[in-house]
Amino acid sequence: MARLFGRGYAAVNYPTGMNLGGDPSQALIHATTTGTFVISLSSVDLGQGLKTVVAQCAAETLGLPIENILVDTADTDTGPHCMGTFASRGTHRIGNAVIMAATEARAVLLDVAAEELEVDAADLETDGTGYVKLKGSEQRKIHITDLAMAAHFTHGRTISGRGVYMKDKSEVVPETGEMDPDSCQAHACTVAEVEVDDETGIVEVLAMYSVYEVGRALNPAMATQQVEGGAWMGISHALFETTEPYYPVRDHGPRDFTEYLMPGAGDIPVQHSVLLERPAATGPFGAKGIGEMTANSPIPAIANAIFDACGVRLEHMPFTPERVLRGIDELHAG
Amino acid sequence: MAHRQTPIDDTYFAGERAGSFTVVGSPVARSDARGHVTGRTEFFEDVRPAGLLHLKMHRSARHHARLVTVDTAAARAVPGVVAVLTHQDIPNNLYTPLKLIGVTPDDEPVLAVDKVRYLGEPIVAVVAETEAAALAGAAAVTVDYDDLPAVFDVEEALAEGAPLVNEYQGNNYFTYEGHHCRRVRFGDVDKAFAAADHVFEWRYQSSPIEQAPVETTGCVVVPQPDGRLRIHSDTQACFFTLDNTALILESEFNKLRIVGGTVGGGFGGKVDVVVEPVACVAAMVTHRPVKFVYGRYEEMQVSSPRAAERIYLKDGVSADGRILARQVRAYIDAGAYSRHTPYGTTKAAAHFPGPYAIPNVSIDCHCVFTNRTPSSAMRGFGVTIGDFALESQMDRIARALDLDPLRLRLINAYRDGDMKAHRKLAEGTALVEVIQKAADLVGHDLPEPYRSMSSTDRKGR
Repeated sequence: MARLFGRGYAAVNYPTGMNLGGDPSQALIHATTTGTFVISLSSVDLGQGLKTVVAQCAAETLGLPIENILVDTADTDTGPHCMGTFASRGTHRIGNAVIMAATEARAVLLDVAAEELEVDAADLETDGTGYVKLKGSEQRKIHITDLAMAAHFTHGRTISGRGVYMKDKSEVVPETGEMDPDSCQAHACTVAEVEVDDETGIVEVLAMYSVYEVGRALNPAMATQQVEGGAWMGISHALFETTEPYYPVRDHGPRDFTEYLMPGAGDIPVQHSVLLERPAATGPFGAKGIGEMTANSPIPAIANAIFDACGVRLEHMPFTPERVLRGIDELHAG
Repeated sequence: MAHRQTPIDDTYFAGERAGSFTVVGSPVARSDARGHVTGRTEFFEDVRPAGLLHLKMHRSARHHARLVTVDTAAARAVPGVVAVLTHQDIPNNLYTPLKLIGVTPDDEPVLAVDKVRYLGEPIVAVVAETEAAALAGAAAVTVDYDDLPAVFDVEEALAEGAPLVNEYQGNNYFTYEGHHCRRVRFGDVDKAFAAADHVFEWRYQSSPIEQAPVETTGCVVVPQPDGRLRIHSDTQACFFTLDNTALILESEFNKLRIVGGTVGGGFGGKVDVVVEPVACVAAMVTHRPVKFVYGRYEEMQVSSPRAAERIYLKDGVSADGRILARQVRAYIDAGAYSRHTPYGTTKAAAHFPGPYAIPNVSIDCHCVFTNRTPSSAMRGFGVTIGDFALESQMDRIARALDLDPLRLRLINAYRDGDMKAHRKLAEGTALVEVIQKAADLVGHDLPEPYRSMSSTDRKGR
């Protein structure tokens, strides 16, 4: 009886978006007289941080502090159309739509500032502090709150913008499968280190080393949460989860979380992750969609590590203690 | 605010990372984090309008059966029960969610009509003053079944003589423009297999997986004074839910309003449109607000999971580890109805044969109907299980040929300008670099020429 160490590797890619039906999302943006910009969407933030990253995209494009951005979303009466949050499309599609809307709004913002400061709009700049100023001057400047007031009360202008991102629908050629379904590809490589207990069949993931190529990490803290949370889900898929434990037999389905087990705190390995950035031509500031990919590479990395540890090739997910033990028995019988 | 942050190695693609930013690339705090951790975030279940009714479902106790009689008299007699709905109450009872992007046919009833095709299929909706009364009412419905033979295995379902699962589809597979599967053809695999030094074929299988959100699927529908319905939902796609619901209700689209955007875990499970239509009908019939939220058992066993997949990979490989041909046969278990699985199956076809430059590829991805809970979207569907198969296969080839597993991947890795099997030119590739960096992380020896390979050229190929 022993705990057997093994190491396994896996490398994957993942598509951003899936536009077989056409895939548009819209964004509207406008300044209130407080100098706050409201982004109107109907998109859904599932917890991945969509509202935060699109606010960052707007702040960067407008040249204003993040505190000047509000996101009003997910009401079909007030927000323009979005296809939805799926297929790792949210940051890419909605980020692009927001950048387009904010670019249009910025042009108006600079126009109004030029009139207020009596300079040429092309000579103005923003630095993210909330002021629009004449390039190279610390005196000729106007704060966004004063600017928004002036736009409304003096100039009768709306500081607003419209944005949409759409990749044309791709029809699949039925004979060959020729198609253009995605916008870019993210990448990952995971190395998993495991110990297999050859008496109980329990697999413990000791450590995971992952490298993710994400285009651009718009928010490195939230990208970290995505890669670490996704890797957790990958471990869970690999070792724990199914609604039909003896598939295709339909019996013994779990009914709740006491029967449907997932890794707890003690099952989570040390994660060593690194991000690489190869900005995508189509991405907002180069970002690719990474949300879904991060669960994928851990699964085969763990399968390959189990083989490395004990010589059992597991062809059926999840890799439960029962399957590991049956595999070990077969090896000994053989 | 303190935060963990994964390091970015900016030595890779340094020339392509131009641009300086003030907000992008900085760890701005998540806008809703404080509300989540202090319990102040409002989810759809925090909407508690006066006079709220509760909807619970009587579900099929059989895998595949004709409905002989459905008796709702006892349910109507349960104290507190306000309304009992059957398929006759649903204006347009037959639907499929992807009809919005042109997918046909409509193949699923909102409430079962003359037969059930999976265990847990909804038959009768019971609406009551309390959750307990709705549950008691749903339990009081009695159904007489005439059992039909059921099929649970994807390859058995495709065999001659298998019971037909879904009459609207006509076959136990989804038909792609006249084909029984989604196919990709690139080069000539048969010729390449004949010429290869080695041919390897292995089989992979997964079981269904639950999205497992903390918050189960649900909605609260509130009739408005102007005759519209305000639907508080945890959907992942507000307009997609609105449009599908309007089609089922035969309602004008602007009579409905979805209010959502705060979701206690989605992972694909909240892309289906399974609670809003029947809750809207209940609200229209009773003129009162109605809540329909899945219990945990429903979320686990009735709500659509990640599809089980069976995948056969056959590779022709040269003695030095170059993959010359890859043939993929994938069987993706849609369960009894299509939902989003025809789309996920096409996504799988576009993803195979993986991130490798393989000159000869043949892919058949079958979307198969069986008598189980319909599968649908889940994080990475069409890709996740494929990656398990593909990367297990690469490990086995490396071991069979006594090659280093990372070097095998590097000599086959796709690079910029490679033509993928679905005839899309690869760009922005970075498989080579993530492998090189991962080798560094664990001290895996990677000598020249592997060390100097790059996604931007063909050196070392």
